[in-house]
Amino acid sequence: MEIFLHQLFAGVTSGAIYASFAVALVMVWRSTHHLNFAQGEMAMFSTYVALALIEAGLGYWSAFCLTILLSFVASMVLERMIVAPISKAHPLAAVIVFVALLSIFHSLASWLFTPVLREFPSPFPNGSLDGFPYLSWHATGVVALIVLELMAVWLFFRSTRLGLAMRAVAQNPDSSRLVGISAGRMLALGWGLAAALGAVAGMMIAPIIYLDPNMMAGVLLYGFAAALLGGIDNPWGAAAAGLIVGLLDALVGAWLIGPELKLSFALALIVGVLLVRPAGLFSRPTQTRV
Amino acid sequence: MVGRPIMTLLLEVEQLCAGYGDISILQNINLSIGSGQVIALLGANGAGKTTTLRALSGMLKVSGRIRLQGADIAGLPPERIAGLGVAHVPEGRGTFSHLTVDENLRLGAWLRRDRAGIEADRERMFGHFPRLKERLSQQAGTLSGGEQQMLAIARALMLKPRLLLLDEPSFGLAPRLVDQLFDALHMIRQQEQVSMLVVEQNAHAALSLADTAYLLEHGSIIASGPATDLRNDERVQRAYLGE
Repeated sequence: MEIFLHQLFAGVTSGAIYASFAVALVMVWRSTHHLNFAQGEMAMFSTYVALALIEAGLGYWSAFCLTILLSFVASMVLERMIVAPISKAHPLAAVIVFVALLSIFHSLASWLFTPVLREFPSPFPNGSLDGFPYLSWHATGVVALIVLELMAVWLFFRSTRLGLAMRAVAQNPDSSRLVGISAGRMLALGWGLAAALGAVAGMMIAPIIYLDPNMMAGVLLYGFAAALLGGIDNPWGAAAAGLIVGLLDALVGAWLIGPELKLSFALALIVGVLLVRPAGLFSRPTQTRV
Repeated sequence: MVGRPIMTLLLEVEQLCAGYGDISILQNINLSIGSGQVIALLGANGAGKTTTLRALSGMLKVSGRIRLQGADIAGLPPERIAGLGVAHVPEGRGTFSHLTVDENLRLGAWLRRDRAGIEADRERMFGHFPRLKERLSQQAGTLSGGEQQMLAIARALMLKPRLLLLDEPSFGLAPRLVDQLFDALHMIRQQEQVSMLVVEQNAHAALSLADTAYLLEHGSIIASGPATDLRNDERVQRAYLGE
């Protein structure tokens, strides 16, 4: 029972991180119809920036907020400079550009920040909650923070003018421009928000798995799996699927087949689901009348 | 033009050329629209009607001059041209089908900041198109074709445009709905301070609404004149009915 609880909480924690990362991938997909393979490396790079800021003497939360801001701005610039110009190119050209970005951020991080495992601080207290020895403060904090973050994102898209404009551009860029929305700026904003979500995911997972340039490889894989499982067009489906993937991975690894095969098993299960529901678990069929 | 004795020129197009990539479609189009005027742009399929509208709203690269109240807008991006008061209801309506009717209307007023004015205009749209009020919280994609067209026009009017470009508003609608739609357009032309350029398959309906008409063939204007004259022009008949 204790092992079960332990795995359950670990699964929820990593699931929350996969969820926020999957939402970032979906956000980029919805705005520019690209799968940003570099999203994970961008998040890893952001986490190194956060560590550099902390080592330079900033308090954790100041470094946290500044990192989010820097990631947001840098990603917007990246979208304007590199992604926007290739928007009319062949989709495969975009894939190559994103693989290149992945490799550039990876090498840059190794070069700038020596590629050894680094400890990354958690903003939450050490140890576990009283009476719940398997529920660490970090895990609880991560889940609470990500729930808050996703609620904020939801509110932003639901109830703000800017959020509405971003949804409009994601759906129909031409019509958006005809009502006067600068579609390019909204796409850049989407990239900025995705990088900010990625940075949070990076800073939350680093205390668990240590910081190194390969840190986000697993998160990227699980994030993609969650995004596809939930429906690449559906951020809330992706978030829910992130949680499912995290739980599945933890529980299957502990109970069914052991840690060696858990990744394969979790991914095989996802492929199985996608065979039955190709648009994802939570996809809503588009309703259109003509 | 009752109440407007002196007609000022709203849009002046000179030597407009446009196309897609290397394919040129429009050759030296000249046309002008007076303030408050309604123009019908007629022509067979493929004559360049949609291309003309897309060129005017900035969705295509163009050469030549497009002057809106004297200022050259050729080459500006669509969002800037919209900001100058040109609203384009594109081919296929261009509504945001996953967003609600209400959200579509709010997006139409994206460039405006006058809350009271936006609210008043919304109410006026419900006067023109009462069905929209009943369907406010419904996804636009679930509306009928006629309702979607009404939504598209209402959304364009929420911009408070000086010029409304309409691309085939009657496309795909049952005859009864076409009548309803044109009744609404007649009402809009009387009540709103807006000029219109209407591209239509239904030449009869378009000519009954318009003051002036232009006939396009192979990307050039081959005839123009008062709408009543063009109604009986054999070239118009030919463009629509075949030889």
